[in-house]
Amino acid sequence: MEDLIHISAVRHTFRTASGPLPVLDGLELSVPEGGFVAVVGPSGCGKSTLTRLVAGLLIPDEGDVSVHGAKIVGPRSNVGMAFQNPVLLEWRTILQNVLLPLEIVPTKLTKAEAEARARKLLALVGLDGFEDKRPSELSGGMKQRASLCRALIHQPEVLILDEPFGALDAFTREDLWQIMHRVKAEEPFTGILITHDLRESIFLADQVVVLSGRPAKTQFVLDVPDVGVRTLDHLYSPEAAEMLNILRHQIEVAQGRAPAQVTS
Amino acid sequence: MTARQVLVPLAAVVVFLIFWEALVWVMGWPNFRMASPSDLIPAYQKYWDLFLLMGWQTLWRTVAGLLLAVIFGTMLGMIMGFSRMMRDALYPLLVGFNAVPKATVVPIVALMFVGWHDFNTVLIAFMISFFPIAVSVSIGLSTLEPEYRDILRSLGASQSTIFWKIALPKTLPEFFGALKVSVTLAFIGTNLMEIVSPHGRGLGALFDSGKTNSDYPLMFAVLIALAFLGIVLYYIVVALEKTFAGWADRSV
Ligand SMILES: Nc1ncnc2c1ncn2[C@@H]1O[C@H](COP(=O)(O)OP(=O)(O)OP(=O)(O)O)[C@@H](O)[C@H]1O
Ligand SMILES: [Mg+2]
Repeated sequence: MEDLIHISAVRHTFRTASGPLPVLDGLELSVPEGGFVAVVGPSGCGKSTLTRLVAGLLIPDEGDVSVHGAKIVGPRSNVGMAFQNPVLLEWRTILQNVLLPLEIVPTKLTKAEAEARARKLLALVGLDGFEDKRPSELSGGMKQRASLCRALIHQPEVLILDEPFGALDAFTREDLWQIMHRVKAEEPFTGILITHDLRESIFLADQVVVLSGRPAKTQFVLDVPDVGVRTLDHLYSPEAAEMLNILRHQIEVAQGRAPAQVTS
Repeated sequence: MTARQVLVPLAAVVVFLIFWEALVWVMGWPNFRMASPSDLIPAYQKYWDLFLLMGWQTLWRTVAGLLLAVIFGTMLGMIMGFSRMMRDALYPLLVGFNAVPKATVVPIVALMFVGWHDFNTVLIAFMISFFPIAVSVSIGLSTLEPEYRDILRSLGASQSTIFWKIALPKTLPEFFGALKVSVTLAFIGTNLMEIVSPHGRGLGALFDSGKTNSDYPLMFAVLIALAFLGIVLYYIVVALEKTFAGWADRSV
């Protein structure tokens, strides 16, 4: 499969009031079309910065970030983003919130078709019946699901998720993991998922990339074997335990709390 | 609006008037200490035409000053909200300007634009009321979470699209909060000019003539008329807020 997203030798430094802050240095990442890559790493290492590069919101000082072989030089309309903060517009209904990207991105859909698509997506994540509610009437998990629909409404090539489930309780989070699998089956996308939750990374992604501490470089890549339909039970299998162990060790290395060689 | 929402405040006003009347009667105060509501009725009857004319003068000049304050305050707020540098540059100036008691500015303005009565009054109403609007708009815009911007920017939206679709509506609740303060301030500004620099226009001038003629019921009648106009303006702003930023009200 050809790589849809390709990041190589990326280096970026922020100029802050207290001097230059190198954030990325030696970042390598490839996501094949239809692939779903999770990125984990120590807090503040530059994960969100990485998502802003892919979205074209930030141009790196050095290195190459390309989608479909074309270097990214600015925002392109074919990405969808969701963050830990669902950032829904409180003055719009859920349906109007989901439709927002279509007011910006050129679309071939008529108004009725767009609305039908939004309703279909909302039903897919279990929000049917909430189309005309305001965000303030929804729980945190429901807001996050609506924000996911908004990220997908314009059928983006790339879905960027920056810790979207980070603020949710454990049960709601596992709920949303399963919803993500359902969404991926119905609405295929190529995705990058930033997360702090190692179980989440191996449950959702087919590859986990561990970044080193700041300035972040690609430290370790783990391929998650394809086991067909994943269920939560898989997380309690010996294979999963093995992967989690390796990842936890890599995170400790990234945090500088463990020597680099793998012990297990 | 339900009947209750109208009747309860109305009943409160009636109770207040009865209490006032009773207080003056019990204490046996003469008119020059404190007029009672029953003294005001003849005052209104006698000067009704003047009340209508001068009330209108006060009202339109207040509203004109307020409209200028909204336009100028919003623009200033946008400049300071979008540019960190402009915020740093303008904030101390603005705070200093706001700190100057407007009663001291009134004679200066009155001298600067001698004879331009309407202009002077509108100017003071404007000067006293734009500050809260500018500050609220600038804070609303500068505290917009970056994710809101990123959602639209990643789709290739322009700055102006982001402003109209997100920044502006998101700032409306703060804007109306400030407008409620500004409407009262503008009113104070108009009356300051009318009283301090009397030129025979507005309720402030009517108040001043009551003072000159020792017509105490007239002075009190003006105060009540001012309170009434203030309430009307305030509730017009509340109605606008309900229409344009009602979504921010979580109490329903
Ligand atoms: N626009 C900016 N200007 C200056 N410094 C920035 C900017 N954006 C991020 N940084 C700094 O760069 C570093 C990496 O930020 P980033 O948000 O990418 O980290 P992260 O890995 O997403 O962190 P977290 O795990 O807490 O979400 C941080 O130290 C942050 O303070
Ligand atoms: Mg982050």
